[in-house]
Amino acid sequence: MTRVIVTVMPRAGVLDPQGQAVAISLDRLGFGHVDNLRIGKRIELDVPGDDPEGQARRMCEALLANPLIEDYSIEVAS
Amino acid sequence: MIAVVRFPGSLDHDSAAKAVHAAGGTATFAWQDDAELPAGTTGVILPGGFSYGDHLRPGAIASRAPIMGAVRRFAEAGGRVLGICNGFQVLCEAGLLPGVLRTNTTLSFVCRQVHLDVADGDTALTRGLAPTISVPVKNQDGNWLGDPATTRVVFRYHGENPLGSTDAVAGVANARGNVVGLMPHPEEAVDALLGSTDGLPLFRALVAA
Repeated sequence: MTRVIVTVMPRAGVLDPQGQAVAISLDRLGFGHVDNLRIGKRIELDVPGDDPEGQARRMCEALLANPLIEDYSIEVAS
Repeated sequence: MIAVVRFPGSLDHDSAAKAVHAAGGTATFAWQDDAELPAGTTGVILPGGFSYGDHLRPGAIASRAPIMGAVRRFAEAGGRVLGICNGFQVLCEAGLLPGVLRTNTTLSFVCRQVHLDVADGDTALTRGLAPTISVPVKNQDGNWLGDPATTRVVFRYHGENPLGSTDAVAGVANARGNVVGLMPHPEEAVDALLGSTDGLPLFRALVAA
């Protein structure tokens, strides 16, 4: 098993209502205006086989990310 | 016989079945793990609810359930499929309808009666509807994002756009017009006691298939 970390983020240009709400709240807490606050998902998993990166990419294409609104990146633990 | 497909977390399957009955049809339930639709299925409803607790993305996990292979084959053969609310999300995630449903721009659950303009009354399912219909909407993730220029838009919100969807889109169809999905709930508008019977023609069209 190989440790893989998949990060799924809203695509550039796609409105991120959750990020917007958090940015507004930070402003209210006195942190002032922050730019480009975007909220995504971190998915950690242990992948079997000798091609963990390819396997994770296929998982992203099949389920983990929706390409209409999300980009993903894959990090394989050494 | 209309097959109402249930997933873990489906909520509005009984209302959908009752709407089919109100339209003069009969309904049966199919379960997500079934490999095939029930014998004699002439139409399919994917009902509202929160399948799989909306985990990952609304409709994402349900859209990969075994029954969806059968729903896809049924749709590709020209069978009529109606997705309501979560069922609409499932159809988009399955790629049977264009676009994707995102969190409402209000960031809140929206529950209210709305008016819809029927933008396309030429599909198999929308043919009998009045030009403007009154139906309730109730969801948190009903903000359709897509390309209206390449999409067969069948419903738009009349007046204000309550969920923030692209071009005020409330429902869409596939190119062929036999698969329709919408966020509002026509199955809750089939009895005068609920304030509107405007949704009934949609179910009559489904039953007539």
